[in-house]
Amino acid sequence: MASAHLVSTGLGPVYDSVSHFLLSPEYLAPVIGLALFAGLRGAQHARWALFAVSGAWLAGGFGEYAPPAGVLASLWTAGVCLTLGGLVAADMKIPLGLTTALALLVGFLDGAMNRAAAGGMSNGLGWLGVGSAVFVLMALTASLIVPVRIPWLRIAVRVAGSWLAALGLLLAGWAMHGRLNT
Amino acid sequence: MRQRWALGLILLGWTAAAQAHLCAGEAAGFLSGLEHPLSGLDHIVAMVSVGLWGAQLGAPAIWLLPVTFPLVMAVGGFLGLIGVPLPGVEVGIAASAMVLGAAVLLEARPPLTVAAVLVGIFAIFHGHAHGVELPPGQNGLLYSLGFVMATGFLHACGIAVGLIHRWPWGRKTLRIAGALVLATGGFFLWQALA
Repeated sequence: MASAHLVSTGLGPVYDSVSHFLLSPEYLAPVIGLALFAGLRGAQHARWALFAVSGAWLAGGFGEYAPPAGVLASLWTAGVCLTLGGLVAADMKIPLGLTTALALLVGFLDGAMNRAAAGGMSNGLGWLGVGSAVFVLMALTASLIVPVRIPWLRIAVRVAGSWLAALGLLLAGWAMHGRLNT
Repeated sequence: MRQRWALGLILLGWTAAAQAHLCAGEAAGFLSGLEHPLSGLDHIVAMVSVGLWGAQLGAPAIWLLPVTFPLVMAVGGFLGLIGVPLPGVEVGIAASAMVLGAAVLLEARPPLTVAAVLVGIFAIFHGHAHGVELPPGQNGLLYSLGFVMATGFLHACGIAVGLIHRWPWGRKTLRIAGALVLATGGFFLWQALA
């Protein structure tokens, strides 16, 4: 493993914000969960969720709102994982508006938390980098799920959803017990 | 093309995090979470036998039981983490191996709801035991991810082995495996009560 990479100098605002997003499971898990759910619901849900989460992420990262921090941030991530994982595991059919609202909420709050955690987001290029990363990850993941018609593959996606929900429950336990160091 | 993307994403997720990046402790969190369900034979035999039993029962139990177990286990883990006491955890874990082993041995075919409830009840004990043992100071999200993935892979191992159920010799082999799980559970029960 590399031990001498450019921690102090960084990789520039775009790649710093992209790598911060890709190395932060607390931001990756909700986006992947949303992509799995929207993908299971079909192309229309996936399209709306894609633009809603990316746009809301940028909006959350642009302003000066005070996002949840500390235990509250962990509880928020846990709740999102539990909700999205549960929806995926149950293969729940919800209206398009609700999927979009979920994407907006997740995108906005995670975007604001991401901005608070990564200083590079205050830079316009960093903002652009993380927005692109969210868009690409969401688009790639959802595009893998939307065309899935084979029953056992859909079941595999639902199993992944149950794992995400389980992860959320455990994370909530950690946060409530005050054992987290994140 | 999609398969290549999927393979690429899987390989990307499989790589270890560089030790020098800014989120210190995350690799340790994921790896220790991954190791935790593998740390006790009583947990391993019970989780594998969930997969074996699911494979014997066929669809939809083959996927419903392994979905039920991690979810309810997480509820048990949550209770353990927030300090809710659960008496007789070790006895419950040993009993789970015995009952699940007996189910595989006898090729028991209860209604799906009964099988799911049974697996769920035992999952509470396993989750609680893990919850109270979780080490402080790790990255909770990565630790939980590793923990849940390891549990899922143990079920998947059970299902993969259980697919030999389609052949007559496979059915006999599975029943022998069930007997071994039952005996292992009996040993752990004896240890828990001693």
